[in-house]
Amino acid sequence: MTCDLSQTRLHAYFDGELDAMGAAEFERHLEGCPDCETRLAAEEKLRAALAGAQLYTRAPKSLREKLQISLPKAAIPPPVEPSRADSWRWLAIAASVLLFVVVGWQYLQNLNRTLRPQTMAAVIVDAHLRSLQPGHLEDVISTDQHTVKPWFDGKLDFAPPVRDFANDGFPLMGGRLDVIDGRTVAALVYGRRKHIVNVFVAKAQPGDSLHGSGELQGYHWVAWQQNGFSLTAVSDVAYADLEQLKQQFFAP
Amino acid sequence: MLEQQDRARFEADVLPHRDAAYNLARWTLRGRAQAEDVTQEAFLRAYRSFGAFQTGNARAWLLQIVRNCCFTWLQQNHVAEEMTEFDELTVPPKAENPESLAMATYDRERLQRALENLPAHFREIIVLRELEGCSYKEIAAITTRPIGTVMSALARARQQLRTLLTEPVPKGASRDL
Repeated sequence: MTCDLSQTRLHAYFDGELDAMGAAEFERHLEGCPDCETRLAAEEKLRAALAGAQLYTRAPKSLREKLQISLPKAAIPPPVEPSRADSWRWLAIAASVLLFVVVGWQYLQNLNRTLRPQTMAAVIVDAHLRSLQPGHLEDVISTDQHTVKPWFDGKLDFAPPVRDFANDGFPLMGGRLDVIDGRTVAALVYGRRKHIVNVFVAKAQPGDSLHGSGELQGYHWVAWQQNGFSLTAVSDVAYADLEQLKQQFFAP
Repeated sequence: MLEQQDRARFEADVLPHRDAAYNLARWTLRGRAQAEDVTQEAFLRAYRSFGAFQTGNARAWLLQIVRNCCFTWLQQNHVAEEMTEFDELTVPPKAENPESLAMATYDRERLQRALENLPAHFREIIVLRELEGCSYKEIAAITTRPIGTVMSALARARQQLRTLLTEPVPKGASRDL
């Protein structure tokens, strides 16, 4: 049996052409589709083989010279052939280029570890929107914090704070796992009048980029760090409501 | 003739893509000597029309010219190429199954031959995506096709490439590479 997506979205996913929401949606599909899983593995194998076979053919020296002759001279500076005396200088340049590349690469790795605040806010709002789709809101449905909290046991490498704030107008509705920027986080779901509030809870990390509050596509978010957690509340309710929830979250 | 400023811009923005240009030509034409001539021709054309190119993606702009030069060359030299369009290319007779996916062998020589034996429009899309690392948007610009067509063509190109890799090695199939 061939899955229709294996000829379409699978490739867009494989090539990194889906947005965060589309990619997450496809990943959900992937979990339940052995056909797509097999094909994705085959695509990865083919790509690795193509990369490993070094089929890329660089312009030969003769072509570089021809380009130099055929285009007006001023356009291209003649290539400098390094003389023997120059070779140490070239080695030094090569070494500094290598150093630059290595340092730059590590810098980029660090940069990539956490998304920029603007992107991060978009990812959070995407996750909130995703959760509002039918059947996606909660993995554990309970208004009882003593049911929701143990549900996370063994699913995360930390114990998220779970409390019911029904008396303050934020009844606990349930919880689920979510993936934000590559990290598995706890998502706590609260009701606020007829609205839904998602509170994403992760272990605080040095590079956590989201602080303060903001608005995106009509949704508000409030992010803060407290008690070793990074928390982001997101909803279409007013800022003041999210601020109120934030104040209560760890209140004694 | 280009102004001094444009010349410097050509030098900075377009010329560095000579490897990309040559690589596309080499795979589209399936030969090194032809690729050299056609790349040179493409650069001359690019140089002459550079005034019209103001901003944007210089690599995609250059590769579009290279591609046009390649297909013109193939036509003029009456090279027998399977030039059918994506839409007309039928799905390969052997549908892929998990067993055949696992059977494909991936040594360099086979990969090279399989890629060369792909129909021209499939070959270029694999070269642009896998060797050159172009985005769908860039491939769409270079090949003047809608992005959706790029995606489905890529899916079929990959499938056909794998099919070629599972076939037994034909005798005397080796080319001048």
